[in-house]
Parts: sequence; C-alpha cells; structure tokens
Amino acid sequence: MTTPSSPPPRGETPPFWRDPAKRALLFQALMLAALFAVIGFIVSNTLENLDARGITTGFGFLNDTAGFGIVQSLIDYTPQSSYGRTFMVGLLNTLLVSALGIFAATVIGFLMGIARLSPNWLIARIAGAYVEIFRNIPLLLQIFFWYFAVLRSLPSPRQSMSLGEAVFLNIRGLVVPAPVGGAGFGWTLVALAVAVIAAIVLVRWNRRRQEATGDRLPAGWISAGMIVALPALVFVVSGMPLTWDIPKLGGFNFSGGITVLPELLALWLALSIYTGAFIAEIVRSGIQAVSKGQTEASRALSLSGGMTLRLVVIPQAMRVIIPPLTSQYLNLIKNSSLATAIGYPDLVSVFAGTTLNQTGQAIEVIMMTMAVYLTLSLLVSMFMNWFNARMALVER
Amino acid sequence: MSKLTLNTTPVDARPAPKRSIGAIAWLRANLFQGPINSVLSLLAIWALIAGLTPLIQWAIIDADWIGTSREACSSGGACWVFISARFEQFIYGFYPSELRWRVNLTFVLFAVMIAWLALPRLPAKKLAAVLTLVIFPIVAFYLLHGGSFGMPAVPTHRWGGLMLTLVLAVVGIVAALPIGVVLALGRQSKMPIVKSISVVFIEFWRGVPLITVLFMASVMLPLFVPTEVDMDKLVRALIGITLFQSAYMAEVVRGGLQAIPKGQEEAAAALGMGYWKRMGLIVLPQALKMMIPGIVNTFIALFKDTSLVLIIGLFDLLAIVQAALADADWLGYSIEGYVFVAFVFWIFCFGMSRYSQYLERKLHTGH
Repeated sequence: MTTPSSPPPRGETPPFWRDPAKRALLFQALMLAALFAVIGFIVSNTLENLDARGITTGFGFLNDTAGFGIVQSLIDYTPQSSYGRTFMVGLLNTLLVSALGIFAATVIGFLMGIARLSPNWLIARIAGAYVEIFRNIPLLLQIFFWYFAVLRSLPSPRQSMSLGEAVFLNIRGLVVPAPVGGAGFGWTLVALAVAVIAAIVLVRWNRRRQEATGDRLPAGWISAGMIVALPALVFVVSGMPLTWDIPKLGGFNFSGGITVLPELLALWLALSIYTGAFIAEIVRSGIQAVSKGQTEASRALSLSGGMTLRLVVIPQAMRVIIPPLTSQYLNLIKNSSLATAIGYPDLVSVFAGTTLNQTGQAIEVIMMTMAVYLTLSLLVSMFMNWFNARMALVER
Repeated sequence: MSKLTLNTTPVDARPAPKRSIGAIAWLRANLFQGPINSVLSLLAIWALIAGLTPLIQWAIIDADWIGTSREACSSGGACWVFISARFEQFIYGFYPSELRWRVNLTFVLFAVMIAWLALPRLPAKKLAAVLTLVIFPIVAFYLLHGGSFGMPAVPTHRWGGLMLTLVLAVVGIVAALPIGVVLALGRQSKMPIVKSISVVFIEFWRGVPLITVLFMASVMLPLFVPTEVDMDKLVRALIGITLFQSAYMAEVVRGGLQAIPKGQEEAAAALGMGYWKRMGLIVLPQALKMMIPGIVNTFIALFKDTSLVLIIGLFDLLAIVQAALADADWLGYSIEGYVFVAFVFWIFCFGMSRYSQYLERKLHTGH
C-alpha cells in the first residue's frame, strides 16, 4: 500500500474519472455508441440479406390482393381483399376472442375465488382443486384438449347434439338461433338506452340526496326494474317485432342461425378456464387481505350484511385485486395468439402466419403484429390505471 | 341454620356435548350449516359422484395397461398402452437409443444439483449455485450434444420430448438471470439513458406474446446476422426465449432489490464502497435470497410456455405427443396422449409451486 493520497489542493479540479457526474456522462455516451453500433450492424446485415433474397422493404404489400379466404370475419372479406384488410380481420378476431375470454374468465375467477373461501368445506375444496389443476397445465395443451379431443370428436351435423331443437352442437361448431329485428325493433333498443341513462342519473341523484339529507331510495331496485320494464313495455307496444332465425338441417349442414366455430369455442373455453384459475387466486388473496376487524366494525355500526360487503369489503379488496387482475387480462390478450396452433383466424394466424408466408415481408409483418400487442397492452393498462386511481385509497 | 361447607376438590370436567365432537359435528360445522349450504353440499356430492365415477372407470378400472400395439386395447377404457409403447420417444425424442445414457446422466446430474440447492439441510449453497449456473450447463452441453471427448455428436434436430422441454426451460432461465440482473440494475439507475434503454427493453418484451417472439426468432433473426452465420433452429428459439424471459426476470430482480432497505446501500456507500462493490457484496446477495420464490414462479411460467415451440417446428413433449397422435397405428387415442402430457407438466409445475410457497413462508420472517 502506498501512503494515503492527499486531497487535491484547492482550486485544482480532480481528473474527470474521479467525478461521478462526468463519469456517468462518459458511460452513457459509450452505451449509446454501442447501442447504435449494434443497431447499425443489424440494419446493414438485414438490408444485405433482403437484397440477396430479392425482397423489397416497405408497406406497399398491404394494398396487394390477399387471395386466400378466412373462415370467420367480422367485416366484409373476400379472397380479393387486400392484405391490409386481412390485418383488420385478424385484429378484430383477436379482439373478439379476447373480449369474450376476459368476460368469462372474470366470471369464473370471481365465482371460484369466492367459492374457495366458502365456509362449506366441499365447495372450498372443489374450487381449490380447480385452481391447482388448471393453472399448472400449459395453456396450449388445454387448447389442444378442447379442440382435438373434445370438439373435433363431436358427431357430424346429421347426428348433432341438440338442446330444444334450437341449439345444436356438432363437429362444425355450435349453432344457435339468431335474433332478427323486424321493423320498429329499434325503438326497443332506444328504450333500453333511455332506461340505462335514467338509471345512472337516478343513482347519482340518490347519492347526492343521501349525502345532503341522509334519506335514500332503494335506487338499485328501481333502476333494475326500470331497465327491464321500459324496453319490455316498448317491445310489447310496438307489436313484438323480433323473430328468431332457427337453424335447420339441410343436406349435410345447418342453414340459418349463427355458427360459432369450434376453433373459437375451444380457444374461448381454454383461455377462460386457464385465466380463471389465476383470477380466482387473485380474488381469494384480495378478499383475505381485508382484515376481519373491518367487517366487524361495519357490523358494529349496524350496516347490513349486504352493505358491509358492498361498501366495506369489496372496495378494499378491489384495491388489492385490480393491479394483478390487469396483468392477467393482458396475459389473456397475449395468450389469445395461441389461436394460430388450432387455426382460429386471429391476428398471428392470418397475418404473421399466412400473410408472412405469402409475401415474405417478415420484418414489416412481425413489427406490425408486435406493435398491435404493445398498443393493446398499453391501452388496457392505461384504462386499468385510471380505474385503479378512482378506486385507490385517498390518503391525506 | 345450615352449615356452609367448602369443597376444595375440583369437579371433573363434563364431557363435551355429543353434538359438538366427532364426525357428525364436523359435518354440521363444515357441510350442513344451514339450508343453503346443505343443498350446495348435496349438489356438490352428486356432481362429484356423477363426474368422477365414469372418469375412474375409464382411466383405471376399464383401462388397458399391458401390450405393445393397439390390439391390446379392447376393453373400452383408456389405452395406456399407447403411452407405454411410445414412452421412450416422449422422453428422449429422436435421440439415438444407444446414446441415451448421456441424457440419463444429464438428468441425474441435474436432479442432484437441484436437490443440493433445494434441500435446506445440505451445506455449501454458494458452491452449489455456482456449479449449477456455470459448470453444469457446460457439462450438460457436452453430454447432450457430444462431438468431443470421443462422444459422437447428436445434432439438435434429433432432440425432443421431455428432454427438449427441460433444455429449453433451464437454458432460458439460466441465461435470462444475468441479463435480468443487469436490466433491473439499469432500471434503478440514476443515469437517464441507461434507465430509458432498460425500461424500453423490459416493457417491449413484456408487452408482446411469446409466439410473436418465437416467430421473430425464427424468421427475422437469420436476417439480422451476416449471411455466413447459419443458426440452428434450437439456438434461435433459445435466443428468443432468453430475451423474452430476461424482461420478466428483470421485474423479479427489481422486486427483490426494492425489498432491501435503502440504509444497506447507504451504509455501504458510507464505508467508501463503489457502485459495483455495493451491489455485488451488499445489495444483490440479500436481494437474491428474496427473489428465489419469484424466480421459481417465473420458471413455472416458462416451463409451461416452452410448449409453444411446437409452432416453430421443434418437438418438445407436447409436440412429440401431438405428432404421435397422427400416427395411423394409434388414431383415436388423443385423450390418453393429452392426459399423459398434462400429468407430466402438472407434476413439475405443482411441485415447483409448492416449493416456492414453502420458501415464501420460510423467508417471510415477519415484522
């Protein structure tokens, strides 16, 4: 060891590598340079490789004719449509199965999460078994199971399983009656919208009135009655202008009604059951996070059981539940891309699959697909953050 | 006047009322507390009997266990012969049968290392960690791939089954750990450029599905490197999985870092330690211990996600069973195949999740 170095004399600045601020600047400059070098290397390689394969870059291919059919599309689509249209069809199909999945997974998850805390031993054990079984099996395997082992081994349309001669289940999918609105059915929908708006106004007014005077109306019952009764009344008055298009067996397949593809059904089932198991755990831990003293205190203040649940337990539990619930919703949206394994025409399947294979525009296609998922993730987490901020504890 | 007497011997405790002890009392307290619960319990019992009886009948009582071809399956129950006939393929893929001892040896080594790490009673955890994370992967690579030390090489396209699933998951997690640590430190850094690069990297990979990452790895990665470099399909998948996983790992590490009180780092700084010494000697060793349950949970997720490689044409456990189902000799036994795969995955994942819960309880020393 040398003698301890004496501090630099006054007025003399230390060398720059002893100054943390300057060192940080240098380090970051080096890091940026390295990053740009890597990006430059990748870009030059890519351009060279694309050149060697004769692929022109750019998004011009989106206007070319796709030339392949898609079994399910929510907007008009023919093989003569462009690849841009293909992208939209895939995106909408992804959104459809995600929305269906989020709805069903939430219902299953909340039911099972509450059931796990049931005082009934058997019910709690069944819910526990559900969670432990389904969250420990890969989702892809569950999708394969529902698709290949269950739905693909159903009988042909002629031997369909049927429910009341209106709903049919066969190897081609689930066929359900389609509602057909006649002339004047629009008024029923208008009545429904009016009732919903009136209910919202009533609930808000009731809350203000309660804060001002302490009196409250049973606003929940009144709104529920209003939402059911008003459209029903208009429906009857306008002469019941709704008919059902019942599916009929003609030849080898059903005509009429709405056919839900087996691919969609399998994906929906698997996504909801798999994600539901995770949501059940989140709900259970959220409810358990509310301390027992809260329930007891609210009972001591003579709040009824329902009010305790609604005003004390659920708001506090939701605060714990929402952040992990958001990430489960995001997982579900991302996991819906497994559709490509069974041929449900989602974004990855029709765009990153078929379109990529036909055009060879790997970079553009993959980047667009990734951008869609990134945007969806961002939107969902922004919405849930907003929702969470509303639910969050207002601290002093 | 009557005399007051004082009895000093205690009276024997009376037995508990019959209704509050024994099986009947348990049933009353847990299944039949009231009319609603009674109805629910009866419904659940009925559903269990109605559901489980045919299942047990199919899977055990009526099942066929012994044989070599589908002719052995005649009783109408599950045909487990299909699994036993194909068992070796499901485990080793297309690995040459005379060289399978190498895979077995790797499995045994792996099991020993994991047992050493996981059992709290065994000593020298640091040595075990270094051996598992650094030495074992090298040994395993030479054992599985061969090509040196007089062992014939087995190209990766012959790897498959459970062995490939384990390779993907273990390599993914071991390679992602150091990258995740660096990213997590970067995310906590005070340097704006370092921080933003880390945040963008982490959020990008966390925002996209693994399938698109695998697609990217299989179609875009070859474009990114010079033409002369010919990348193996397995290597490409591993790069994709590692990048994807490192972002999740970074979040786990960040959770561990945040659990360490700031005073620890400040005290180290007060003792004159530089950044890397503070992190390497004070913060990370404490944080790593807190991160183990998180790492195990990430590993479970990755283990399940490895099944996606079937989409880019690798034959992991699920893919090889899926391929076997299409064999004309064994058509119609898809349920048996899926149940087998589900069982294998379930054993691994359930075991690991129980271990991580045990660790969480052990590490949760309470405040």
